[in-house]
Amino acid sequence: MTMPDEGLSPVVRVIAAMLFPFILIFSLYVILHGHLTPGGGFQGGAIGASAVVMLIVAYGARWVESKAGEESVSVLESLGGLMFVVTGLLGFLLAATFLSNFLVGEVLFGEIPTFGSNPGILNTGGTLPLLNIAVGLKVIGGLASVVLIMALGSRRDAA
Amino acid sequence: MWSELIHVVIPVLLVIAALVAILMRDLLASAVALAVMSLLLSLEFYILQAPDVAIAEAGIGACITTAILVIAIKNTRRMEEEA
Repeated sequence: MTMPDEGLSPVVRVIAAMLFPFILIFSLYVILHGHLTPGGGFQGGAIGASAVVMLIVAYGARWVESKAGEESVSVLESLGGLMFVVTGLLGFLLAATFLSNFLVGEVLFGEIPTFGSNPGILNTGGTLPLLNIAVGLKVIGGLASVVLIMALGSRRDAA
Repeated sequence: MWSELIHVVIPVLLVIAALVAILMRDLLASAVALAVMSLLLSLEFYILQAPDVAIAEAGIGACITTAILVIAIKNTRRMEEEA
């Protein structure tokens, strides 16, 4: 039986390719609902990074690197950090202090729920969903690039 | 009754999985036992009502750490040597 020099059998590849978008959607759900349900930027980012790790294991690091190189993944990570800092500085400029919640009452994420219990309104939280998205981008980029570099540094002739 | 039982069974299984991870000579089996320990630990966090920590532990501990360990074992030797 001849195996490819990297990656696993076609069965594993097909199942991984089928599961990959669903895991990414679940990761986006955990990130976007971070201010309502358990989870948040870090947890959703870890789930998204585990989807990328599954592709690295199934298809091999060089295939993944030819689709999304280490530089572009690092750009994603830096974009997350930049988004967090810019959101904080916008709070400094538009409201009182660093990271103050300047979106309360606005159209985007600014709805103020009425008093009492509710089933969980997504359009609330002010800047918190934006910060969750920023942290999620940074964690996906960081953890995926860690595993990608680790797998790319492997010897090709390893048993 | 079932809730008290599960508070006893999961820590015992956790310790058994950790002992298997230490005592195995095959490092790949050791990494898999460590992944099982991470999964049981996330279950333990969940029944202790810390779902945030449980999600993070399941993502980081059971998936990414195992992948990093398997890549490291692939580039070195699989069996543990006598010191």
